[in-house]
Amino acid sequence: MAPHTEQLTRPAVRLRGLTRSFGGRTVLDGIDLDIPAGQFVALLGHSGSGKSTLLRAVAGLDHEVVGSGQLTAPDRVSVVFQDARLLPWRRVLDNVLLGTDGEEKGREALEEVGLKGRERAWPSELSGGEAQRAALARSLVREPELLLADEPFGALDALTRIRMHALLRQLWKRHQPSVLLVTHDVDEAVVLADRVLVLEHGRIGLDLTIERERSREEYRVRLLAALGVTAEVG
Amino acid sequence: MTTTVAATAAVARDTSQVRRRRRLSPGRRLPAARLVGPVLLLALWAAASAAGRLDPAAVPAPWTVVRTGVHLWTAGTLPTDILTSLRRAASGFAIGLAAGVLLALAAGLSRAGEALIDGTVNLNRAIPTLGLIPLFILWLGIGESFKVAIIAIVVYIPIYLNTHAALAGIDHRYVELAEVQGLSRFAFVRQIVIPGALPGFFVGLRLGVTGSWLGLVVLEQINATSGLGYLMFQAQNYGQSDVILVGLVVYGVFGLVSDSAVRLVERRVLSWRRTLSS
Ligand SMILES: Nc1ncnc2c1ncn2[C@@H]1O[C@H](COP(=O)(O)OP(=O)(O)OP(=O)(O)O)[C@@H](O)[C@H]1O
Ligand SMILES: [Mg+2]
Repeated sequence: MAPHTEQLTRPAVRLRGLTRSFGGRTVLDGIDLDIPAGQFVALLGHSGSGKSTLLRAVAGLDHEVVGSGQLTAPDRVSVVFQDARLLPWRRVLDNVLLGTDGEEKGREALEEVGLKGRERAWPSELSGGEAQRAALARSLVREPELLLADEPFGALDALTRIRMHALLRQLWKRHQPSVLLVTHDVDEAVVLADRVLVLEHGRIGLDLTIERERSREEYRVRLLAALGVTAEVG
Repeated sequence: MTTTVAATAAVARDTSQVRRRRRLSPGRRLPAARLVGPVLLLALWAAASAAGRLDPAAVPAPWTVVRTGVHLWTAGTLPTDILTSLRRAASGFAIGLAAGVLLALAAGLSRAGEALIDGTVNLNRAIPTLGLIPLFILWLGIGESFKVAIIAIVVYIPIYLNTHAALAGIDHRYVELAEVQGLSRFAFVRQIVIPGALPGFFVGLRLGVTGSWLGLVVLEQINATSGLGYLMFQAQNYGQSDVILVGLVVYGVFGLVSDSAVRLVERRVLSWRRTLSS
């Protein structure tokens, strides 16, 4: 059962006919999408299918990309990148506070991601997972209405990734931002999201609502089939 | 039985050398390691002089140089000569530093600035600065200003080049991050551009410091009426090799001290860096 049902009426993100192309090659071909406030959406697709392109468009980072269409997104948007992208010359707390102030909030965010006591550490002293948690804290401090994440756990080991899943899900429940998570991992999508989209030929080929009480296996098989993986898995 | 095995295993682990990877970074720095080379050289010089292997007229013994130095300091013009030289180097260096940094920022942060400045500086760089001396003497006279101007030019070029390269090389991912975090242009420059360009700036700064001494030596040897170089030039006329060596030692001390000062500042400012040299 998806939480925050009462909020599902006003969309946080609204895309109409979003098109993006590189050098004449259309990557996004008229995407229509509404993401209700507070919904956790995962975006799957083959490598090169345009997932990052879509995410960067929503984040407003695609300055020089040719394209058209309508796009509405909230004011407070945070992005978590695949690399933690901490500034090496700022201590962890100062990294978390980049672009905002309010030291207390920064400390709280670090405590939430389990990095209490590491405020004064340099980014080079953090492990990969710790750095990614600091990046998560940095995105939370701004109290985003929309959290965009492009394979944020792609560089982490399997164990750390499972713990990060739990952390992200827990943070999402507490702060209730809308989330658009790009991933290539079907399991990750099913475990985390309320809704899974599959991007295919520049359009959304499959739009699947995940109901928690149904078996995950069923969703997994359908998503793998949509991604063209037909061999029996598991 | 099992406990015995476990105990011996633990002991074995403690005593046996754990095989480590060959270390590729040079390891910890020894204290005052940078002095070892100069001190060794000095010892060699003293030994050769004491053994009578050096012609005292060509290379006087270290103690002769020290004695001459003390004499020049107390009874001669050495203090004023040093002061004059220091003032020249310092003003030229300060102007060159400011010009290099400001031009690099202007060229690195705006396309218009880049169009105007970068090509011009590279043109300037192509002309050997010391070749400008005759022209500058014509323009500015043979006083202090032309010397300061030449030193400033020698200093600003490496500072500009390295700082500009560092600014241009700021990781694009950090620019993106700044956009995502909603940084203002000013905050972006202050929190990302400048700290990111500092390592390159320090490379330029060290080259600039060396350059200021180099420029000073050349200027004072050929065009001076006062200063350390003038002192040495006079000594050459009278065949006083000990005075020339005093001048060289003072230049050397200047160079070493200023370079160490820059290194010290660099290490403190860039303490976040963990590189081979740390
Ligand atoms: N800046 C760019 N210039 C030219 N082509 C680009 C650029 N960015 C992306 N593309 C192209 O657009 C297509 C979609 O890229 P995108 O990065 O969105 O894929 P993706 O779905 O995120 O893939 P992956 O899972 O490998 O990250 C690719 O074919 C890529 O080559
Ligand atoms: Mg991608």
